[in-house]
Amino acid sequence: MSLFKERQYLRVHVDREPDDSLWMKCKSCGELVFKRRVRENSNVCPSCGEYFFQTSQERLESILDPGSYEPLGDRLSTDDPLSFVDSRPYHERVAEAQAKTGLDDAILVGRGAIEGRPVVIGVMDFRFIGGSMGSVVGEQICRAMESAIADRRGFILVSSSGGARIQEGLLSLLQMAKTVVVRRRLAVAGLPFVSVMTYPTSGGVQASIASLGDIVIAERGAMIGFAGRRVIEQTIAEELPAHFQTESFALEHGQIDRIVRREDLRSELALALGFFVGAR
Amino acid sequence: MTEERTLDFLEAKIEELRQLNASGGIDLSKEIERLEEKLSALRQDLYSNLTDWERVRIARHPKRPYALDYIASVFSDFYELRGDRIIGDDRALLTGLARLEGRPVALLVQQKGRTTEENKERFFGMTRPQGYRKARRTMELAERFGFPVISLIDTSGAYPGVESEELNIGGAIAENLQTMAGLRVPTVAVVIGEGGSGGALAIGLADRVLMLENAIYSVITPEGAAAILWKDKEKAREAATALQMTAPTLLERGLIDGVVAEPLGGAHKNPATTSAALKEALVRHLHELEAMPLDRLLAARYARYRGVGRYVTRAPDQP
Repeated sequence: MSLFKERQYLRVHVDREPDDSLWMKCKSCGELVFKRRVRENSNVCPSCGEYFFQTSQERLESILDPGSYEPLGDRLSTDDPLSFVDSRPYHERVAEAQAKTGLDDAILVGRGAIEGRPVVIGVMDFRFIGGSMGSVVGEQICRAMESAIADRRGFILVSSSGGARIQEGLLSLLQMAKTVVVRRRLAVAGLPFVSVMTYPTSGGVQASIASLGDIVIAERGAMIGFAGRRVIEQTIAEELPAHFQTESFALEHGQIDRIVRREDLRSELALALGFFVGAR
Repeated sequence: MTEERTLDFLEAKIEELRQLNASGGIDLSKEIERLEEKLSALRQDLYSNLTDWERVRIARHPKRPYALDYIASVFSDFYELRGDRIIGDDRALLTGLARLEGRPVALLVQQKGRTTEENKERFFGMTRPQGYRKARRTMELAERFGFPVISLIDTSGAYPGVESEELNIGGAIAENLQTMAGLRVPTVAVVIGEGGSGGALAIGLADRVLMLENAIYSVITPEGAAAILWKDKEKAREAATALQMTAPTLLERGLIDGVVAEPLGGAHKNPATTSAALKEALVRHLHELEAMPLDRLLAARYARYRGVGRYVTRAPDQP
């Protein structure tokens, strides 16, 4: 028997209602719920348990001990290496994403503590061009791991990404290689890496750093896979199983260690990290 | 390309005249000379200023030499090693041992099919998890015996399918990257046709990365980018240019280490000279890598990949 109801993807509503309203409507149960209670509840509907989209800032708040977060080093931004223009210029998309999210790029990295255990953490943000990994995201993941090595802390990466950022071309693809060479150093240093896969963990991110955790945890409602659903459907011209690329699919096929509810993520991470503290 | 057909037509015409000329009768040598000049000028004109899209077309040309053609012409004693020891044997990615100028090397090569039958067997050159795991097994074998690893990359991408996902194709690619990052032997990767995204990089994290002159290497196919960013599959030409996926551009950007020259019009116009150029490049790069002490080799590999990326530092108070 499956622990959770089988379903296709969780709907992620990135565009949320303005933050000044006090109430919001759950898109799953239709209930009108008090917004502050939702935020305090890790963006889980207090009425039906459905997950709402969680920004990287909210995610950090719900995982780390209060007041423990300290952003890491420099603020980095893309310099549009290809001067890329598709239907719109890339630099416009970036500026818009920066204004919308308050982020420099699709990731936040910093130091913090989880139930008193010091960690370095990176949290990707799907709102920023699909959480895609270009030069900045790759660099920040590497700097986070290097900071973990320097301070002898465990490293946690919460992924939420569609994959490599197309607009930086081959440079984006090579971020996969970059994060992996630094991940090896973390392993050589004997420090633990817990990879948390959330909605969605796919493409070049799933095919590199996110799959290389000492422990790989999926949040309930995650989407985990390499190729997009549409691409596969076009290739094989057949319908895909309902729970295809869900967290239960990944668990069933041996791709992850555990599925965790969002509200349990903090204690789960503390528990996992506890095994490694002082191990080397 | 219709211009290409004109060239083929001219070539056939000249051959015809030559035969007529040889059979005696009228002297056609003047006529032949004139046509040959015209052909050469046309060829120069057509091929010396290729657009990015034309290079994409050449990289995918059905007559382009594939990995097994180079294995036959560049290496000797190819001894195939099959199967990932878990699930099966992928036929889009082949591995084995071979000799390069007499000395043993390990090969990881992506092979497209020429016939419908062959393409079915080879999944149109798209590698499945079985292939990546086989490659990893062969890399580890090479490391145990000190054989250099040579990858020939030619795929539009990893195979997108239900079975691929069930077998964790993303995880297989990630593990290959991790293995290649630490391999204690020299590694050289050459994109011989299409370098399609993670499916290519999975055997491409090497000490030296080369491309044939008309090969392409990209984060996504131009068609894929057109569909996602332009929402219009017809925009593949524009996408090909915007993505900067050709060998000369990537060399200029410092993302690859060398370009192997092809004859005018592409490798298929003269596979023998292409093979000779490829062999020369492989021997030269391996020679340089083997002259390096192992710790320096690994440090250089680390620095190469750690340093890749372009970004700017924002002021702390910037919005």
